[in-house]
Amino acid sequence: MDIQLKILRFNPERDKQPYFQDFNVKNVSDDWRLLDVLHEIKGNYDGSLTFRRSCAHGICGSDGMKVNGKNKLACALLLKDINTKKTIVIEPLPSLPIIKDLVVDMSSFFSKYEVVKPYLITNSPPPPNHERIQSNEDAEKLFESAKCILCACCTTSCPSTWTNDNYIGPAAMLRAYRYINDTRDEGGDERLDILDTPDGIWRCHTIFNCIEACPKEINITWHISQLKKKLSSREM
Amino acid sequence: MIKTYDVVIIGAGGAGLRAAVEIPKEYSCAVISKVYPPRSHTGTAQGGVCAALSNMEEDSWENHAFDTVKGSDYLGDQDSIEVMCRDAIRAIIELEHMGMPFSRNDQGLIAQRFFGGHTKPEDKNDPYGKRVPVKRSCYSADRTGHVMLQTLFENSIKNQVTFYSEYFVTDLIVEDGVCKGVVAFDIANSEVQIFQAKAVLFATGGYGRVFRITSNAHAGTGDGSSLVYNAGLPLEDMEFFQFHPTGLWKLGILVSEAARGEGGILKNKDGERFMARYAPSVMDLAPRDMVSRAIVTEIREGRGIRGSDGTDYVLLDLTHLGKEVIDEKLPEITGFARTYLGVEPTTEPIPIQPTAHYAMGGIPTNTNCEVLLNEKGETVKGLYAAGECACVSVHGANRLGTNSLLDLVVFGRRGGKAISEYLKNTAFSDVSEKADVKTKELIESLLSSNGNEKVVNIRTELQNSMMEDCGVFRSEEGLKKMIVKLEELKERYKHISIMDKSRIFNTELVEAIELNNLLNNAEATVYGAYNRTESRGAHSREDFPKRDDQDWMKHSFAFKKDSGSPEIKYKPVVVTRYQPMERKY
Repeated sequence: MDIQLKILRFNPERDKQPYFQDFNVKNVSDDWRLLDVLHEIKGNYDGSLTFRRSCAHGICGSDGMKVNGKNKLACALLLKDINTKKTIVIEPLPSLPIIKDLVVDMSSFFSKYEVVKPYLITNSPPPPNHERIQSNEDAEKLFESAKCILCACCTTSCPSTWTNDNYIGPAAMLRAYRYINDTRDEGGDERLDILDTPDGIWRCHTIFNCIEACPKEINITWHISQLKKKLSSREM
Repeated sequence: MIKTYDVVIIGAGGAGLRAAVEIPKEYSCAVISKVYPPRSHTGTAQGGVCAALSNMEEDSWENHAFDTVKGSDYLGDQDSIEVMCRDAIRAIIELEHMGMPFSRNDQGLIAQRFFGGHTKPEDKNDPYGKRVPVKRSCYSADRTGHVMLQTLFENSIKNQVTFYSEYFVTDLIVEDGVCKGVVAFDIANSEVQIFQAKAVLFATGGYGRVFRITSNAHAGTGDGSSLVYNAGLPLEDMEFFQFHPTGLWKLGILVSEAARGEGGILKNKDGERFMARYAPSVMDLAPRDMVSRAIVTEIREGRGIRGSDGTDYVLLDLTHLGKEVIDEKLPEITGFARTYLGVEPTTEPIPIQPTAHYAMGGIPTNTNCEVLLNEKGETVKGLYAAGECACVSVHGANRLGTNSLLDLVVFGRRGGKAISEYLKNTAFSDVSEKADVKTKELIESLLSSNGNEKVVNIRTELQNSMMEDCGVFRSEEGLKKMIVKLEELKERYKHISIMDKSRIFNTELVEAIELNNLLNNAEATVYGAYNRTESRGAHSREDFPKRDDQDWMKHSFAFKKDSGSPEIKYKPVVVTRYQPMERKY
């Protein structure tokens, strides 16, 4: 089958403003990933079309982009799951500066993630010759949040992010959850202090866009609400 | 422009990050990566990382070492294997202490499960008698690599490691047997940068993208091994490339061996559990080379299933495991089957085919990760390599599942330690300000190129031919054909042009250079495969079906030559305690 796409293009060397370019791509099959279509365009239509990608199966988090208004991973979206009768509209992830075409500047996203101290904080030394003890039940409580691939689909889908560049965003808070709820960690209070700030957790207005955007189907809002509960019940 | 660091690490996957964490604070250290660190391919490893922790049942590092030697089809260097298997237990405990989340057993210890080729003697008093599978693989559901990469990245943040993300390394500065740094460009603006360093560690991963069906990321283009090879240094055992038996049909996406570790079974079109014929004692848990050959044999003999596109597959059946086990232990891979093939693994078997997965060969090193100058074992001062891009050689002719993640953390750390020692008595060597000229010329020539060849065409033809003629089974006839094809593609590469003339985030430029790296890796692989007239591990010659210990207990060292065909020299395998035996499972 043939499909139509509209892709947002921007090369700062040449363009004052981003603009949409139409592509009519021939002989695709509905079991193709959207990423396969982008490769087809780059290989056979326009070699300058620029996007990030690496693992091509939803683990590395490189190819987050806006597809028909929703944030998706191009490698985890099959054509059969898109209405290909209509033109497919592809844009870069919203609210981050565009470097070129579908490539955005991720530096602010990563620095927010670093703010929550995404590593184990401990005061007591671990047992010298074996692992710390943790029940499987406690371990599995972390797995959902540890699934995050830092693709930025959630953070850039959030209206609170759109209106405030400094808002820490759902991905960073999910990371905070992963460590605050780790029975081996002793840095929970430090992180809660970081979240309990004007640009922190209280800018989350439970809009649920993050859940819809997450390609790993993590219930991010639930995790954030658990952090809010922890903060509310913390002794002042 | 010259930037100066005591240590420069190329690659931010498991090995690179583990090395970076090991470098003491008093030394400056930069990690250069063509992708953001958490995008690295380590993150796609699923099933586990092994160590004889004995958390589920009695086990020993010696059992692990024997399995690794046997799995390697006796090509692995036994001194290196002993180093790795002895250190495995400490390495896993260390990861746990760093914060890596693991699945746990009833006592709250790290849980372990079965994996292909991991066994122990049925009778402890008869160490070389009948062996049975052992639970040795430590895991975190089926996202072990993902959480390991995350943990190491986050520990790098904690240690304030300096990253140059989305920089692409194009040249290695080695003069008079001393490494002085690398040249790279910033993908964001194509600006070229010389990185002067006392020590350089390559941790650039594998080159699975030379094959059409591969589990490897697009980034897996063997950049480090290509740079080393171009610098006149050898590549070791490149003819040994592992095909993982269970890639998703057509796509090659990995379906972890953990699926079989948890009890999954392979079936042919008659519903027969065919592995019973190939490996009667461990069946579906035989090592990967054997299972891949079994699958291809089933398909060739007409017992595969013909797919809609005319290619064939066999089935991986998990349905009898029950939804609970599948959802808890194998959520990620069953998600892939649903997303990409529309198959529901709790009720239907998954169509699979072998997929190019792992390079056993690579940049030769000793157990301190020092890169070898030649087959005599002399080293290049200041140059190190670890992880999949390196060949130490712990995997020999065939890697056991879970030994790759282990290799990363054991040898990443050893590399970091060896560098720290080396730095104590080493001063900077002079680097010419003109060291970047070659890279600048390369970029300019590609940006102004107007040839009639396209990167995508050459790459696709390479991948198709490699799959056809240098895959699971090989023969003189096929390899001769492959050599002709490769030489043709190398010639055509000289006439490529790219459409994107921009200096801003030019991924077409990157892909063009990556293609040259793929061609270099393919060259060492194909000529190595043609040269090795025996079958051992993943290298299976139909015209030489037997292992030949008389002539081939040796590693191939390929040196690049102008003529096209590399010069191949040999280094004997290190044998310590395990004499070669017939490899039966």
